Amino acid sequence: MNRIQAKLKENKKLLSIYFSAGYPALNDTVEIIQRLENSGVDMIEIGLPFSDPLADGPTIQDSSTRALNNGMHTELLFDQLKDIRKSVSIPLIIMGYFNPMLQYGVAAFCQKCEAIGIDGFIIPDLPAEVYHEEYKTLFDQHGLLNIFLITPQTSEARIRYMDSISDGFIYMVSSASTTGAQGGFGDIQQNYFKRIERMKLKNPQIVGFGISNKNNFEQATAHTKGAIIGSAFINHLTNKGVQKIDDFVRGILG
Amino acid sequence: MSYHVNDKGYYGQFGGAFIPEMLYPNIEELRQQYLKIMSESDFKAEFDQLLKHYVGRPTPLYFAKRFSEKYKTKIYFKREDLCHTGAHKVNNTIGQILMAKRLGKTRIIAETGAGQHGVATATVCALAGLECIVYMGEIDIARQAPNVARMKMLGAEVRPATSGSKTLKDATNEAIRDWINNPENTHYIIGSAVGPHPYPDMVSRFQSVVSDEIKWQLNAVEGTSSPDYVVACVGGGSNAAGAYYHFLDDERVGLIAVEAAGKGVDTGQSAATSILGKEGIIHGSKTLLMQTKDGQITEPYSISAGLDYPGVGPMHAHLYTTKRAQFIPVTDDEAMTAGLTLSQLEGIIPAIETAHAFAIFETKTFNPDDIVVVCLSGRGDKDLNTYIDYFKL
Repeated sequence: MNRIQAKLKENKKLLSIYFSAGYPALNDTVEIIQRLENSGVDMIEIGLPFSDPLADGPTIQDSSTRALNNGMHTELLFDQLKDIRKSVSIPLIIMGYFNPMLQYGVAAFCQKCEAIGIDGFIIPDLPAEVYHEEYKTLFDQHGLLNIFLITPQTSEARIRYMDSISDGFIYMVSSASTTGAQGGFGDIQQNYFKRIERMKLKNPQIVGFGISNKNNFEQATAHTKGAIIGSAFINHLTNKGVQKIDDFVRGILG
Repeated sequence: MSYHVNDKGYYGQFGGAFIPEMLYPNIEELRQQYLKIMSESDFKAEFDQLLKHYVGRPTPLYFAKRFSEKYKTKIYFKREDLCHTGAHKVNNTIGQILMAKRLGKTRIIAETGAGQHGVATATVCALAGLECIVYMGEIDIARQAPNVARMKMLGAEVRPATSGSKTLKDATNEAIRDWINNPENTHYIIGSAVGPHPYPDMVSRFQSVVSDEIKWQLNAVEGTSSPDYVVACVGGGSNAAGAYYHFLDDERVGLIAVEAAGKGVDTGQSAATSILGKEGIIHGSKTLLMQTKDGQITEPYSISAGLDYPGVGPMHAHLYTTKRAQFIPVTDDEAMTAGLTLSQLEGIIPAIETAHAFAIFETKTFNPDDIVVVCLSGRGDKDLNTYIDYFKL
């Protein structure tokens, strides 16, 4: 069983953390992952930085740009991660835009990820249909789960389609927005979470976008399996540094 | 073989819609509606009426006698520079504002580089009474002050794109992010034949009035509706898409695409996307784009702000790889010289983008009885400062 699938079976609300590889410093990647696991995080999304991150707000745009300026690139990330499974056992997901993967060669990229022990991908600009027709077989061969995003505007038929071709979790984008949005979770979001819950999908749902503290983590997970924090964690890294990761995680879970 | 888009939104291997899921409902709505709306008789009537009485179409197909004598072939200019707002861009914005109204949208966003598309969008928003927000790179705002002022005077809000390289590519990113954050009430008027399907096809269809007119205008004077060559400059590719459209599958007509070589194709300061680009994804479309070996999109360079886009439309990428069109790179210096030549031989000061298309006659020889139509896509008023600096006028 894939590590993501095993984790989803645990009887708890999951906290997943996103960070941009190569930020704050080029070689922080492994230390950030180890500290996140040690502080109790359930899953990690390793951001492969891209020059034009269309779905991201200012915080992740900035961390991506800085990571690239620091010298991050695909092969270097793989090199940094080559021994990661000697020290880390929680699920690791690579989140990135499709063009860098295309240029690396999608088959070679998958091969490398399998060898390292990556468990899945989140690729915001790879549409479900293209994944299904062109890449699903390849990802499956390498044991890599592809995680789909849905939004409050996604139709029920489309959600059911994505659920049918997915074997991990559904990434619920909390509102119509880029990452880092601050809106809180009012009635509109709760009704959306409940609506999806009532669909009884085969894949559990994890909420992302707009989660920054213990309060909205709990709101986001009332009707879902877990939540993902990205921008707020990156802001914490910027302000407090890698050594204080434990403080951030305790602030959410503690 | 057809060079038009197929039913899945591809031109050969290029095109498609590589968009974040947040944009899916908007793009899907447009994909399902655009052909239907464009074929409705009241839409066509309103579009044609505005093109005629507001834009000033048909634009002349002008036989350039002195230019033809200089280059020893028969050269016609398709005078898109005479369109309202000074370039072909308005053909598309008129079409898209009518589309937006029929889709029930109340808020319009657009990206702009040199400001021509921004002005054309602000113009139609004023005409339709819709809110207009134009994203423009911070660097371009500083370079193109007169067009920024025009947009403001027309009632648009100009928002600076401050991320990345702060130019057209980043303005496009910001417009897409705006659309993600405002999916219900907003229509995004893309200015070129780029972006996710159906944009390249929709923009090409709105611009196709250019080649439609060339056909009947040429027939009236030459007794043939097929020129030997059609020449157009290509940045994203909208004026070329319009000038080629009705000739794409007529292989008697040679298509020539002129790209901005900047300081030279091999200098590292160029925007010759077809030669320097590799297949990849930019702004939701699989096409040729300039990028690092690692897949990071790079910043092109050209003296003309309208041609320094790191990608090219998927139709053009297909025309390039199939060799249906010949792509010719033209440097800053060659383009500026051609602009001066055109001004002094024919009394027409072209936009610097457009001037690139006229530079090819210095290096490419045509037969004396060839009929060559050049798309004179825009006028040079907006570029006077660049001409002044370059020629020390």
